[in-house]
Amino acid sequence: MSAVLEISGLQKTYRSRKGVRRALDGFDMVVEAGQVHGFLGPNGSGKTTTLRTLLGLIKPNGGDMAILGRPVPQNLPEIAGQVGAIVESPQFFGNFSARDTLSLLADAGGVDQSRVFAVLELVGLRDRAKERVKTYSLGMKQRLAVASALLKNPRLLILDEPANGLDPGGIREMRTLMRNLAESGMTVVLSSHILGEVQLICDSVTIISAGRRVAAGPVAEVLAQHASSSLRVRVEAGVDVLTAAEVLRAAGAQVALEHDHLTVSNAANPAQITRVLAQREIYVSELAPVTVDLESVFLELTGTAPIEGQNRQVDESAMASARGGWGQ
Amino acid sequence: MSLYRAETRRLVKRRFTKVLVIGCLAVLVAIAAGMFFTNHKVGPSQIAAAQAEADRNFQEQSRQAALEKQRCEAAPGTADAGNYPTDCSQLYAPTKADFDPQWYMPATFEFRKKFGDMITALAALMALVAFVVGASFVGAEWSSGGMMNLLLWRPQRLKVLGTKLLALLAGLTALTAVTAAAWTGVFALIAGQRGSLSSMTSGAWQSFVLMEVRALVLVVAVGAVGFGLASLGRHTAVALGAAIGAVILFQFGLGTVLSLAKVKFVEAYLIPIWGMAWMNKSVKLENYDACNYSASGGCQPDTLTITWQMAGGVLAVVIVLAVGAAMWTVRSRDIT
Repeated sequence: MSAVLEISGLQKTYRSRKGVRRALDGFDMVVEAGQVHGFLGPNGSGKTTTLRTLLGLIKPNGGDMAILGRPVPQNLPEIAGQVGAIVESPQFFGNFSARDTLSLLADAGGVDQSRVFAVLELVGLRDRAKERVKTYSLGMKQRLAVASALLKNPRLLILDEPANGLDPGGIREMRTLMRNLAESGMTVVLSSHILGEVQLICDSVTIISAGRRVAAGPVAEVLAQHASSSLRVRVEAGVDVLTAAEVLRAAGAQVALEHDHLTVSNAANPAQITRVLAQREIYVSELAPVTVDLESVFLELTGTAPIEGQNRQVDESAMASARGGWGQ
Repeated sequence: MSLYRAETRRLVKRRFTKVLVIGCLAVLVAIAAGMFFTNHKVGPSQIAAAQAEADRNFQEQSRQAALEKQRCEAAPGTADAGNYPTDCSQLYAPTKADFDPQWYMPATFEFRKKFGDMITALAALMALVAFVVGASFVGAEWSSGGMMNLLLWRPQRLKVLGTKLLALLAGLTALTAVTAAAWTGVFALIAGQRGSLSSMTSGAWQSFVLMEVRALVLVVAVGAVGFGLASLGRHTAVALGAAIGAVILFQFGLGTVLSLAKVKFVEAYLIPIWGMAWMNKSVKLENYDACNYSASGGCQPDTLTITWQMAGGVLAVVIVLAVGAAMWTVRSRDIT
């Protein structure tokens, strides 16, 4: 597979009277052709800055970027016709209808007007196309934004929070749309905070924190890298869970007591758990590996898991670790 | 070309553009209607009526003067004596020449004398519309995020902003040209019905056409300045604020301060004077605090003539500053 999008050592610094803030600090990213690629990061981590920089809206202070094998931003005018994008919240002139909005964009980009109706149909706005955009709900504006990005029938589609404001049905439709587009050969870069969706839709992910890449690669690999050897242990009803925990701790296990089960985090041999407990006539009703999901990996890597009694500030996230991340 | 077409469509489709243009045309129609109904054709009957009115007034005032003279002659030795001169022949007696029949004529629209003011009115109104439309055309795009969207489609900032400006200026040119032509036609009709076209020579027509060309340039230039200011500030309100600030500074603040400081030709610092100089080819300012003695005319004030070339130069500098700065900043600014 060839890389459709490559970013290497991207840097962006904002200077103000309050000091210097590094929004991007040597960020790297690679997206292969035909993939749906999740681009994840906590608020203020540099996701939108990356996308804006990539699309020529912001000037970087350093680093290299390429789209479809062409260095950008210098080649953006030539490849813009092959890149569809929405960045951050959908922003349209409220007094124009959806049809007018897309029609004007089609004119500006030299796209056939017949595409306007095709994409409105695709995102489910056909029957509301003549209404003014300011009467639309957030979800409808989001659909219009996706339609505008699809208007060019691009090879690379960049969507920043496309599911924002969508109802559950809309989210599912969006998921199906992403998959269909990827199957048709389009590469999709998807920035989202709905990690369950990302895990379902995406082939690969890049996780950014404090302007640096902290993880990247196929979703399965990223999850596997962070899979733990923890086991969930549930004992038969009527048995005191605390007693079971003490028995296991006495045998050297690291046990976390949950409200109705135990989590054993250093269980190299699950059979040892059943044996130790059975010797004290405590019988196991459930013994299952604790699976990791993208959300837990994200929270761990970005250091943004909520801590009881603390109010985390937006800039409080994990810096990129010394090892960098997968794929480096 | 497709971008230009899109921007022209966008300009025409905008509700704000439509409302302002329709409003402007409505005001122009009201002015034309007002001129039509307040002016009248002058013929022999109107001249005779004015002459009769002048005569009637002369006779009335003569009677009054005679009455006053009688009172004056009877006043010596009475309490009224202080109100009259001792020599009653000093009392002014009106003459027929004091009552010019011209004063009693109805208003009539003499095209050659009055149409210049109508062109100035047209230019002022359309320049105002051009400024607001120009500012809003790009300002609303910046503030709504439409400009960012457009730049995602056409990542050529100078080209996008330049094309937008071009579409605006072409639109303003077309609108002003058509309106000015209609304005001329309407007032020629009004003059035909309620005044006179009789003194219009080809030179006079040419002069009005040139004045309309200057009006068109003024409208387009003001539109470009509004566009430039709104693009610089990325909001329509910035241009409107700058315009209000300029009026307060140059029309009121600076004028007051400079007159207190007894600066010569204070009017030269006021914006409308430059507009008038541009439209009327020149404006002559006089400083009555100076005396230039001449044997024939006595003390003559200092004068300063502002020509249309000087006003054009100032206009060009303002355009270059506003549009140039907008183009310069859009090249490198971060669009967030």
